[in-house]
Amino acid sequence: MNNLKSYLEQDSRANDALKACMNCGMCTAVCPAAEFYDYDPRRICDTVQRGNEDEIEALLKEDTIWYCGQCMSCKTRCPRGNVPGELIQVLRRASQELGYFTESEKGEQQKRLMNSIGSNVLEIGYCVYPDRVFPEEHPEQGPIWEWYIENIEEIAPKLGANYHGKGPGALRDIPEEDLEEVRKIFEVTGGMKFRETVQNT
Amino acid sequence: MEKRYWNEYQKEIADDHYFYERSCIRQTFFPGSEAAFLRILRDELGKDICDNPHQHTCTGIGYHSDVVPFETTMTVVARLFALMTEAGYENYVPSCVTSFGVFSEMVEKWEHDPELLAKTRQWLWEATKREFNIPKNIAHPSDIIYKNRFDLQPKMKYQLVNRFTGKPLRVVEHIGCHYAKIFPDKGIGKAEFPYVLAGMIEAWGGEVIDYPERRHCCGFGFRQYLVRENRGYSVSNTKKKFESMEPYEPDFILTNCPGCAMFMDKWQYTIAEMENKTFDHEGYGIPVLTYEELTGLLLGYDPWTLGLQLHQVQSEPLLEKIGIAYNPGEKYKGISGRLLPRPASPECLKQI
Repeated sequence: MNNLKSYLEQDSRANDALKACMNCGMCTAVCPAAEFYDYDPRRICDTVQRGNEDEIEALLKEDTIWYCGQCMSCKTRCPRGNVPGELIQVLRRASQELGYFTESEKGEQQKRLMNSIGSNVLEIGYCVYPDRVFPEEHPEQGPIWEWYIENIEEIAPKLGANYHGKGPGALRDIPEEDLEEVRKIFEVTGGMKFRETVQNT
Repeated sequence: MEKRYWNEYQKEIADDHYFYERSCIRQTFFPGSEAAFLRILRDELGKDICDNPHQHTCTGIGYHSDVVPFETTMTVVARLFALMTEAGYENYVPSCVTSFGVFSEMVEKWEHDPELLAKTRQWLWEATKREFNIPKNIAHPSDIIYKNRFDLQPKMKYQLVNRFTGKPLRVVEHIGCHYAKIFPDKGIGKAEFPYVLAGMIEAWGGEVIDYPERRHCCGFGFRQYLVRENRGYSVSNTKKKFESMEPYEPDFILTNCPGCAMFMDKWQYTIAEMENKTFDHEGYGIPVLTYEELTGLLLGYDPWTLGLQLHQVQSEPLLEKIGIAYNPGEKYKGISGRLLPRPASPECLKQI
């Protein structure tokens, strides 16, 4: 792909995310991901700002851009008003739209996220719902979560929830006509095309 | 004299007539908290709050996991605002801190880019034939409890005081990152000195612990937790907070973000099972409460209706310290009154 810098700038968030980085490293100092991974948001800002096409293409194909945890601590601290966490969103989107994300182990994980969180949104209108937090996939949730899932029809109503019920309340089933409107929004705004691109790459 | 920085950073919080938006995470892990919040607002404070059955996810977790594009999330947010507008409300109250950040972000983008707002209106109309007003006020539910903390205090049956020693309970408060780190002006006390939870703790008799990693992320990290093999990031960040707060011997942790509450509860179990390590003296772990649970407990609501039995770290030692009356025999009963089989016990983290 030629002119990746221009491609990134088509995302309306790009200019807010990176105005003028002076490479002070404040973002890296406060970044939880930089403590855990070999990750340096300062370097990512520098790479994009420099505008070298080969370097940007390499960035879009690397694990690096997938290390950010989106806590946005960087936004609070940047003395220039840049938002490295938002720049990451722009880069991740481009990596998926251009099909580069499958070239890294971390990027490839987007297919699974699309089939879990992405599908939840379209199928039930929730990002997360108890029926889809399977205890066998979430050992860290512990035995109480397993107990809750096994007995949810007895426990959820005790807590005031409307589990799989109609009308208002926590954990209600979202009416099909509302889900249909959400799906239409995905179609009109490119969310559905984006989903297909990620699934089919 | 100690300088009260938080006092310089206040935000406007609407006084009444709220449109409530439920949280995917809070409904999943703390459904009793959402029920308690509505009960507190309606029954204790006499406020009007709409719980609209046509609402849905804001897509925030999908947005920050990069599976939902910006324009899509923006238009989904617009549909939720349309529901608020059609119901005759102007004050938006999202239960989730991620949602609070998403709504604040979209409104800010529209304010700075009228063309983007016009496009959003066009997309929403094309998809749903709906129109929307931007809310006059967006407040997190914890803002509303904070605003009314002194009105609630006289109604409370209990205070944050250790009944055995007569001393204030020592509390770690944890603010969800997206409450004020993205838009500091949207949070009480801004990002560096957030006071939303500290204000409740102090008003209700407790003492706030200041510790080195007080502002560090809980470790959720969206894709860093949602993808199983990335979870080392999540538990490591939470562990860093626990190690930092441990020397201050907190009686409990209070959060305003449902994800933070869940992680700080469940990762204590995980760390205990992995390393046989807890961050309290007795091996039970440090109880973690949502602000709705805390408010409800002090008002005298039943712990098992609030949902404390869903916490992996057991709450009974804290209830005993405060002197809250509870019936242990009701803990594992369902809505039918039937006693459910007890959950399995962890190997290391002590269970009541």
